[in-house]
Amino acid sequence: MNETYGLRINGRDEQVREAWLGESLLYVLRERLGLPGSKNACEQGECGSCSVFCDGVLVNACCLLAADAVDAEVTTVEGLGAGSTPVQRAFLDEGAVQCGFCTPGLVMAVTDLLQRTSDPSETELREAISGNLCRCTGYGRIFAAVRAAQQGDAQ
Amino acid sequence: MTDTSTRERADRVVGHGLGTSAPRPDGTPKVRGQFAFSSDLWADEMLWGRTVRSPHPSARIVRVDTTVAEAMAGVHAVLTAADVPGRATYGLEHTDQPVFASDVVRYHGEAVAVVAADHPETARRAAAAVVVDYDVADPLVDPEAAIDAIPIHPDGNVFRHVRIVHGDPDAAGDVVVEGAYEVGMQDQAFLGPESGLAIPAEDGGVDLYISTQWLHVDRDQVAACLNLEPERVRLTLSGVGGAFGAREDVSLQVHLCLLALATGRPVKMLYSREESFFGHVHRHPARMTYRHHATRTGDLVKVEARLVLDGGAYASSSTAVIANASCFAAGPYRVPNAVIDGWAVRTNNPPCGAMRGFGAVQACFGHESQMDRLAAALGMDPVDLRLRNALRTGDVLPTGQRITGVAPVRECIEAAVAHPLPPPAADDPLERPGGAGLTVDSADVRRGVGFAVGFKNLLYSEGFDDYSTAAVRLELAADGEPVATVHCAAAEVGQGFVTLAQQVVRSELGVERVVLRTADTGVGSAGSTSASRQTWMSGGAVQAACEAVKIALAARGGDLSAGPIEELREHHHRPTSPLDERGQGDAHVSYAFAAHRAVVDVDPGLGLVRVVQIATGQDIGRALNPLAVIGQIEGGIAQGVGLAVMEEVLVADGCIQNPSFTDYLIPTALDMPAVAATLIEQPEPGAPFGAKGVGEAPTISSTPAVVAAIRAATGVELARVPVRAADIAMPQAASRGAAQT
Ligand code: FES
Ligand code: FES
Repeated sequence: MNETYGLRINGRDEQVREAWLGESLLYVLRERLGLPGSKNACEQGECGSCSVFCDGVLVNACCLLAADAVDAEVTTVEGLGAGSTPVQRAFLDEGAVQCGFCTPGLVMAVTDLLQRTSDPSETELREAISGNLCRCTGYGRIFAAVRAAQQGDAQ
Repeated sequence: MTDTSTRERADRVVGHGLGTSAPRPDGTPKVRGQFAFSSDLWADEMLWGRTVRSPHPSARIVRVDTTVAEAMAGVHAVLTAADVPGRATYGLEHTDQPVFASDVVRYHGEAVAVVAADHPETARRAAAAVVVDYDVADPLVDPEAAIDAIPIHPDGNVFRHVRIVHGDPDAAGDVVVEGAYEVGMQDQAFLGPESGLAIPAEDGGVDLYISTQWLHVDRDQVAACLNLEPERVRLTLSGVGGAFGAREDVSLQVHLCLLALATGRPVKMLYSREESFFGHVHRHPARMTYRHHATRTGDLVKVEARLVLDGGAYASSSTAVIANASCFAAGPYRVPNAVIDGWAVRTNNPPCGAMRGFGAVQACFGHESQMDRLAAALGMDPVDLRLRNALRTGDVLPTGQRITGVAPVRECIEAAVAHPLPPPAADDPLERPGGAGLTVDSADVRRGVGFAVGFKNLLYSEGFDDYSTAAVRLELAADGEPVATVHCAAAEVGQGFVTLAQQVVRSELGVERVVLRTADTGVGSAGSTSASRQTWMSGGAVQAACEAVKIALAARGGDLSAGPIEELREHHHRPTSPLDERGQGDAHVSYAFAAHRAVVDVDPGLGLVRVVQIATGQDIGRALNPLAVIGQIEGGIAQGVGLAVMEEVLVADGCIQNPSFTDYLIPTALDMPAVAATLIEQPEPGAPFGAKGVGEAPTISSTPAVVAAIRAATGVELARVPVRAADIAMPQAASRGAAQT
């Protein structure tokens, strides 16, 4: 049942060797490819902590078999840039990070939102991150971070 | 006072000492996905552990057969109670919980065995292959019945009965109101599931990398169960994905270390979300009856209360939770006479223990519901009634203890009500109750406003020797600049102690560069990250160590070139005493108060609620990091709102029905109301920097405020949280039906 296959992650070709095909993309990223930035708060598609881009589309990596991501261009939080992006800086500056377990997933979701629309309405913003659970912040500082990132982008 | 609704970015002073919104030192790795949580740990040759759990809440174990599991390819160990070399039980205050059940199981999900295998999927299959034959029994699930029932544990069914009798127990008022209230079981639902990595050491001991709230109390429990000297069990804090009380108790710590020692290999365990619901304690469900007496003019005369908390199968911190619930049962008011009975009992329900607010949350729903009922009976405004009775410095609590610190209850109330009310709902259907479900017609939506006040103790109470330890080292770095290093075992769980520790050192020593060593058991205990205590206790220890460094430096004439200076200090808070047999005593050190005003929109026919805004005034002593304080307030309110309208671990015949984020709902970005907060800054005498812990107060009265607002919008008497749609809609439907006939 074990197979070897290739994935393209953050612009690099990676080999997954002798792996059980039942493994999720999240598991393979975290446990086989040394990319634990995507988190695993539920592994059933409810929390968004595992959010990654798959061919530019925001997906929950826990709900995708890694073997199904062969041929896709996958971007994880580790692949957003060498330094911090405006979204990541805004999370820091606005106090949007407490325990930080939700943070990589939220950074991905907010990056996705601001790529799709430069000036989301309040409701669009809430909707866009409503699939990302945060238990620490009550979201207030995360909303503030999105607004700050928007302004940073505009400048 | 700080009004966050109008606060501007420019207010955030840089310089990063106390009083500034200094940035988190762990912030950059966290936003980049480079911060190592306990679930991210990895070691060469690492195995995966998995727990075998009871599917029954009450049963006798007839037989455990591990042979099939042991024979599976890739399985390295299967351990049961027979493999525990030391103490067979653990527990925070009473060691009554077996490492593995051997003769009986007492709750749904109790651990019976663990396995270690080379792949998590193999471990899962091996755990499923462990055969356990059970002789199933009827579970004891009614906490009232448990008091007199045949004990389900050798230590009995009553964890603790607290009786507080204050003033004249026969006093009576002109106006009397009674009520019965219930609080459902809430889960902490931290995002980072229980996880850790145990590595066997050459000295026969073990190194455990773990997310926890208190390294040293874990260490002592693990060492006793392993039959090792504490020095050979070394714990290091790894990244903690939230805690909220759920990491106070041991979960997988002992299991992990047993597996590592048995296999001689590093072993990692990671609970799934489902297992997490079985693997940690929850907030105690409560049943409460109250009788309030008042004069015609609205002065409280007497509060009678009976509180029964269901502690589930094992003690955890139930004895302290019921003490809190009882001590604060009457609320932050002057109550000259009181009779309060608090019971914490053992049942076959899931074990309950610490969660943010720790007993005060349950009691607050009771006393605040009563205050509204009393206001209605008196024809008084609910806010005026609270102001009239609000505690002040110098007042005496039902425990006979006089409040010597600041008690700005009036200021909290006034600040909460001073915030402007939100505008009427916009026409966006997504902003109606039910949101994207689009089920609600705007003509049916009614708005309600509710109010509540709460308080609880800070730090450990009742004579506990509560302390923290910190070492601070000051030296010249290679570039000739001074650098300070802090070593403290305080668990950073997201609250921001790491930020605060740096701020303290910068302010005390005037050194910009502050390095934090990883928290571990290589330094003395810092106590628990709970009871809103680390800012005070570990902040105090860091401050004391800095003071000592300053003195040593001065003795050297301020010359650091002769080598590093390192000082280690403990901070103890002032002693407290246990409650006596009448529940009297100076049991607490200090208190934090908060008031909340909630605005809700409700569709009464459908029972759907949208919480629109929470306005709050909170007593914080002093804002050491204003941005972090706001984060705690908003996060705490989110959990209070969750308990009010959505969060409940559903338990039927002792079995958890909804152990997933699909079925246990916590507030999302769409559920979270706007928050307007005012920080009441009155420095607390005796507290380092005058600061009070801020984490718990936001969670306490936000819940009853929301429920009061729903009552105001609907006229329905709601006596239970969380409020379910049917609780609102069914009485409406019933009264409509009655009107038609
Ligand atoms: S871990 Fe993938 S959605 Fe929760
Ligand atoms: S910061 Fe802890 S879950 Fe969001």
